[in-house]
Amino acid sequence: MSGPSLAHRVSALAENLVEVQDLAVEFGLDGGRRLRAVDGVSFAIRRGETLGLVGESGCGKSTLGRAVTQLIRPSRGSVRFAGQEIAGLGHRQMRPVRRRVQMVFQDPYASLNPRMTIGQTLNESLSVHALARGSARRPRIVDLLESVGLDEAAIDRYPHEFSGGQRQRVGIARALAVEPEFIVADEPISALDVSIQAQTINLMMDLQRRHALTYLFIAHDLAVVRHISDRVAVMYLGKIVEIAERRELYAAPQHPYTEALLSAVPVPDPRVEARRRRIVLEGDVPSPVEPPSGCRFRTRCWKAIDTCAREEPPLIERSPGHWSACHLASPGGETRPT
Amino acid sequence: MLDVNGLTTDFVTRSASVRAVDDVSFAIAAGETLALVGESGCGKSATALSLMRLIGPPGGAIAGSIRFDGIDVMALDVAGLRRLRGKNVAMIFQDPMTSLNPVLTIGLQLGETLQTHLGLSVRAARRRARELLEMVGIPEAERRLGDYPHQFSGGMRQRVMIAMALSCRPRLILADEITTALDVTIQAQILELLKRLTRELQTAILLITHDLGVVAGMADRVNVMYAGQIVESAATLDLFLNPSMPYTRGLLDSIPRIDSEVRERLVPIRGVPPNLANPPPGCRFEPRCAHRRDICAARMPTLRQRPNTTAPHLTRCWAAQDVAEGGWLIGRDRHTVRETLAIPGDDA
Ligand SMILES: Nc1ncnc2c1ncn2[C@@H]1O[C@H](COP(=O)(O)OP(=O)(O)OP(=O)(O)O)[C@@H](O)[C@H]1O
Ligand SMILES: Nc1ncnc2c1ncn2[C@@H]1O[C@H](COP(=O)(O)OP(=O)(O)OP(=O)(O)O)[C@@H](O)[C@H]1O
Ligand SMILES: [Mg+2]
Ligand SMILES: [Mg+2]
Repeated sequence: MSGPSLAHRVSALAENLVEVQDLAVEFGLDGGRRLRAVDGVSFAIRRGETLGLVGESGCGKSTLGRAVTQLIRPSRGSVRFAGQEIAGLGHRQMRPVRRRVQMVFQDPYASLNPRMTIGQTLNESLSVHALARGSARRPRIVDLLESVGLDEAAIDRYPHEFSGGQRQRVGIARALAVEPEFIVADEPISALDVSIQAQTINLMMDLQRRHALTYLFIAHDLAVVRHISDRVAVMYLGKIVEIAERRELYAAPQHPYTEALLSAVPVPDPRVEARRRRIVLEGDVPSPVEPPSGCRFRTRCWKAIDTCAREEPPLIERSPGHWSACHLASPGGETRPT
Repeated sequence: MLDVNGLTTDFVTRSASVRAVDDVSFAIAAGETLALVGESGCGKSATALSLMRLIGPPGGAIAGSIRFDGIDVMALDVAGLRRLRGKNVAMIFQDPMTSLNPVLTIGLQLGETLQTHLGLSVRAARRRARELLEMVGIPEAERRLGDYPHQFSGGMRQRVMIAMALSCRPRLILADEITTALDVTIQAQILELLKRLTRELQTAILLITHDLGVVAGMADRVNVMYAGQIVESAATLDLFLNPSMPYTRGLLDSIPRIDSEVRERLVPIRGVPPNLANPPPGCRFEPRCAHRRDICAARMPTLRQRPNTTAPHLTRCWAAQDVAEGGWLIGRDRHTVRETLAIPGDDA
């Protein structure tokens, strides 16, 4: 297991706000089978840093985010927040940590109470943690709404009266309301138009600078991830397969899955789009209930060799700060024959 | 195939009436993909919902003319609408959780659609449902049919909606943000599937999306919407090269560049869109516009042909001439993108 050593290495460099070690989350299925959505994941995030998290739909990103914020109980592993172990804490013990750790949910519609106006929803968040009391409450709510580009009139409206992107911004305002230190943002910008997306990203980065906020930023838009993240982790079927500094990851990917992802990024230039070739992933999409032996990506990997079916490739540091889990990655990096 | 003229949609709330779609006209031909882009809340979803006549009293009202294959959609009765929605026009909604029933399994919901619209038997519907899930890349489709929506990831739910919409081989697909929850490889796979439908079955697509990269790769033409109105309409490459409404230019300038070396601050469009309950009399973008002149606040510009070009390119701007100088992509090197990303491509 090379996972723990990764967390240790990073913690030697700077203060880690979040340290995740060998984290696993299982869901029980009918017939007693178990689906391991997150399977032995380790990483650390320094205070004030943004770690981007990308990966295939269904690979376990949201589940990982929920386990890190203790909205789901992990079946194994450790999550340390500011030095304190929080995995498995009960509701009461979690209470003081709750305010410092917030989550912006992927599905804004499902996470907002349809019978509460936006004002009531934000009011509730503030009340739970006894923030901005009395006459300071309303101006604080208006402030929050404005910071995500919504005006005061939104206070008295219900979730269904908003467009998809407006609802998403309400979710962001709710997370910001309690002035957390660490935010897991699960696709916070995917429902936003590019202008409000730009505004939201600027806002998140400004708040980060001002309050030394730390983010785990889950998204599918690789241009946005490259822009906002300091480092980026790539997940495939419950495991992290590559993690590196942002520019390094995009310019010199070491894992074939990362290569396939990058090859498919839509580029806002019709001239590029008309001529480009994408790496099409063929072969069976494996299931997290019965993951393939050895490397989990091998059933779709165009480079797979015999070893890949036999041995699971460990996540190894190939060059300073660049970790990847591929048998074909050379110690110095570069798996691609150029 | 689809002809929309003067479409206007109002939402009535306790406090005000909101004109979400204001005098919108466009057409889509068989096999064509028309993209609809614009700021959050500008009326894109409302346009699509109106086309299906899914907005009505007491919450809202639609006016104008909608013709699909010569049929007057505004005149259809309940039975006619059901036929239209099931077989000919399919809508894939933006929020998958709102259109999936949380207490029924995915298999039951897909199966039911197939039984009612295609008249399949229970067994045949189940088999077809499994094939559809496989088609959109969901592993272990057979077992997954027994799952409830909350057991699916966000992107898997979105793909169920896509599978459901494609199941009846519609002639027109209204696709509202269908790939936002998907990673780019699965997104590419779904978009490829849609492209094949347009080529082989001449399916038409109204593609609502915020992702201008997807627009660049998929759309034949683009309509840009702002505050309920169409403000620019052109062939895709023409729009990217020569955006001639300042709002369109603003959209293009907001995108983070995947090939930028330094982490520049992003440039959103300043200001906020107007209140649709009480829009200003002149150009709706005027308060936020860098090109504004006196006339802009006083009179609403009409949607008209862009000056100095013969290609069909409509724009709603008094200052279109100024904006058109130096399009968005002019001077941007398409090769730098490849170098930063190591994207394979044929450069012949
Ligand atoms: N409550 C649950 N019960 C059973 N299985 C679940 C549950 N929640 C998630 N899963 C499964 O766990 C896996 C990971 O799901 P998760 O939502 O974490 O994916 P994701 O990476 O966030 O995907 P997306 O990008 O589509 O949002 C999927 O196979 C999903 O079906
Ligand atoms: N049921 C409703 N009642 C009242 N107002 C509504 C209703 N649905 C939408 N609106 C308003 O109508 C306008 C257009 O909404 P619409 O959902 O069409 O936006 P959109 O362009 O699809 O935005 P997004 O990109 O965020 O999905 C918005 O200002 C919204 O607040
Ligand atoms: Mg998710
Ligand atoms: Mg919408």
